[in-house]
Amino acid sequence: MIRLNINGQDRDVDVPGDMPLLWVLRDELNLTGTKFGCGIAQCGACTVHMDGTPVRACQTPADSAAGTRITTIEGVSGTVAQAVQASWQKLDVVQCGYCQSGQIMSAVALLTDNRNPTDDDIDAAMDGNVCRCATYPRIRAAIKDAAKAMGA
Amino acid sequence: MLNQLIKQAAADVASPSRRGFLKGAGGALVLGAMLPRTGFASEAAAPKVVGPADPRPQAFIRIAADDTVTVLVKHLDKGQGIMTGLTTIVAEELDADWAQMRGAFAPADGALYANHFFGIQGTGGSTAVANSWDELRMAGAAARAMLIATAAARWSVPASAIAVEKGVVRHAASNRSARFGELAEDAAKLPVPQNVALKDAKDYTLIGNPSLHRLDHVSKTDGTAIFAMDIRRPGQVTAVMARSPRFGGTVKSVDAAAAKRVPGVLEVLTLPMGVAVVARNTWAAMKGREALTVEWDDAKAEMRGTEEMLADYRKLADQPGNVATDTGDAAKALAGAAKVVEAEFVFPYLAHAPMEPLNATVELTPDGGCTIWAGSQFQGVEQKVAAGILGCKPEQVVINTVWAGGSFGRRATPDADYIAEAVTIAKAYGGKAPVHLVWTREDDIRGGRYRPLFLHKVKAGLDASGTLVAWRQSIVGQSFMIGTLFEGFMVKNGVDATAVEGASDMAYAVPNLHVDLHSPPSPVTTLWWRSVGHTHTAYAKEVMIDELAAAAGKDPVAFRLEMLKGHPRLQGVLKLAAEKAGWGQPLPKGKGRGIAVHESFSSFVAHVAEVSVDEQGRVTIDRVVCAVDCGQVVNPNIVEAQVSGGTGWAIGHALRDEITLTGGLVDQSNFDGYQPLRNSEMPPIEVHILPSTARPTGVGEPGVPTAAPAVANAVFAATGKRLHHLPFTRSGMV
Repeated sequence: MIRLNINGQDRDVDVPGDMPLLWVLRDELNLTGTKFGCGIAQCGACTVHMDGTPVRACQTPADSAAGTRITTIEGVSGTVAQAVQASWQKLDVVQCGYCQSGQIMSAVALLTDNRNPTDDDIDAAMDGNVCRCATYPRIRAAIKDAAKAMGA
Repeated sequence: MLNQLIKQAAADVASPSRRGFLKGAGGALVLGAMLPRTGFASEAAAPKVVGPADPRPQAFIRIAADDTVTVLVKHLDKGQGIMTGLTTIVAEELDADWAQMRGAFAPADGALYANHFFGIQGTGGSTAVANSWDELRMAGAAARAMLIATAAARWSVPASAIAVEKGVVRHAASNRSARFGELAEDAAKLPVPQNVALKDAKDYTLIGNPSLHRLDHVSKTDGTAIFAMDIRRPGQVTAVMARSPRFGGTVKSVDAAAAKRVPGVLEVLTLPMGVAVVARNTWAAMKGREALTVEWDDAKAEMRGTEEMLADYRKLADQPGNVATDTGDAAKALAGAAKVVEAEFVFPYLAHAPMEPLNATVELTPDGGCTIWAGSQFQGVEQKVAAGILGCKPEQVVINTVWAGGSFGRRATPDADYIAEAVTIAKAYGGKAPVHLVWTREDDIRGGRYRPLFLHKVKAGLDASGTLVAWRQSIVGQSFMIGTLFEGFMVKNGVDATAVEGASDMAYAVPNLHVDLHSPPSPVTTLWWRSVGHTHTAYAKEVMIDELAAAAGKDPVAFRLEMLKGHPRLQGVLKLAAEKAGWGQPLPKGKGRGIAVHESFSSFVAHVAEVSVDEQGRVTIDRVVCAVDCGQVVNPNIVEAQVSGGTGWAIGHALRDEITLTGGLVDQSNFDGYQPLRNSEMPPIEVHILPSTARPTGVGEPGVPTAAPAVANAVFAATGKRLHHLPFTRSGMV
């Protein structure tokens, strides 16, 4: 049994220690907002926060997540998350939407650390998140819009 | 060309309607709208409809007592925004308030929801808006008339004195009003009017309105949108499948002992298409598959690599193929040409790799049928295939279509491939539990159904004045139509229309044009891929035209315009893109500007790309300008997104993507080897939409064909180097 803290709640899961956090979230805890895209940390669809830092849940073994605070798209909250989600909605960023949980988790982490990111900062923080629909221009615009909204 | 699908399939897939669904669903009141019998006849430029000649009762609109209006959307929304677009069309004619509108995927029911272009229920070929434009406007207008008639009767006033605005039905003289929800139950009892007046485009308030948000803009930003991957049925198990690493290989022997020892693995099933590992969860299923030992029989497998295939294609290209078009005498005109330009183009296999890997959940039902949850794109085919596997009637196969995490063509297959796998596994598992079949990314990248590998040889001639007089093109590549239910319709005289579209019917005035085609078979499976044949034909055409302009000493825009007389819409986008891009304004050394224009899926698109090439040959795309004419725009915000996204799609693949085979084995396996475009690589892009009230046409695919040739032509302008072999890395670009 592994005890995980997910979105502020302790959850005991009976899984092998090497089971990636991704599958714990999706298959054991029914938190399906975190997506499976590649399984090798190349696409970012499974991005969650571990103690506030973005990590790829597909490459995070369950036992390594014990003792940390995990936040998923279902639990992300606060000023930055609200601003990011509001800007995403305002600019209609999504197309198929499958990658967007991960995009948003990465964007929230970026803006939490850096309230006024440059284009280079955005490149560095967001290049790990693939969008096959290529919604990238709106992702960039939404990050800037959220930064502006928080600064206002 | 997909637009021409499919009479045979229509006859083949006769699914009795299940209108009971509509009546009973969720306690909602259903307003069934019968299509007026005038059908499409009132429209001068109506599409060629393959579907029922006599319009049948349709049901697209559900008005609930809580005043919500739900539009049943018969097309899969895989990101292209069709749920929003089709809901908008109904809302406009209904004079609804946008806030009361909802969308829901329609059930699988060919009698009600066939795509009129295909004759079966399915999404593809950028047809969705064009296909639903008339029927949903008429459904909305009929529903509005029924609401008015109900209010008129209730208030004893003439219908003509009643107005509808933003979801409120009002009789001004008596100051009475009612909301839709108050009228819907009685309205549904009225006969459906057979003649309804449709709005004039100038009166639209919702269609063309840039401020309408997508219906999925909230659920896809808070993690609540449910994709097929997220379906969780009580007691469901997960299956992954081991498939032959070589295309055409079959199972010879299986040692499942180690797999069965993996904790969580429930069963290992040897099936015609591979070996399925069924487990309590996805991780266990994946671990179980890793522990399998399978010996494959390669007797009928593709053993060649792509280099060997290309060598074979080159030989074929020099032999006469099946003739797609033959106007004038291209050989003679080439012999007499003042200048001849020749090129060989290579287009690699490409995977669709939608973000959501393929998956479906299947639950067997006690009546011998099943219920399927999937990002279902070809419900008409899938129902029939599933029924064939289970030995039941197609109508015993219930398909719940859910949001799809991309497709780009992959989820629509003539044999319902992954759905067939899921149903086969569920059957073999004996109905003990609902089965969720999951493809991993490796399964996807190595799983075939690729855009075919294509080789083109093109030879074109100019006369002494620099006028194009001859064009001869030989195209070699697999057909994904031959051997499918679409063959009879799509393959004529040995020519698969989807392999030559955009080439054999090119708009440029060429008096002597010859295009032929070889379709060499291979066990490597191939499929339509966002914009289908235009993915390669538009590239070859637009890069060649650019070379011819250079050879003629003419400006690439002027040269094209000269040859596009009689094609005002192509001219329109070409001129607009050129103007917005500042065509003709000088650029510094090391920079170049390129243009391309093309018609696909009845839409017209031009791209201008501006690039910088540094001393090491590194290309940066500084700016892309795009002009699109897709007729009446339903949602400009979504059109912009689709064309911008299509541009990124095209450029991303052109830069470096290819699926290659060595000894029949796929060299790539995931996003490390098949590298998707990333945020920092997306160029700034402007999309300009030509205002139009012409019939709406698609935008999901037409943004793709011209983006890569525009970049290639810009690289030429900057460096003098031609990019004939895709991806660009194969032509020496980094």
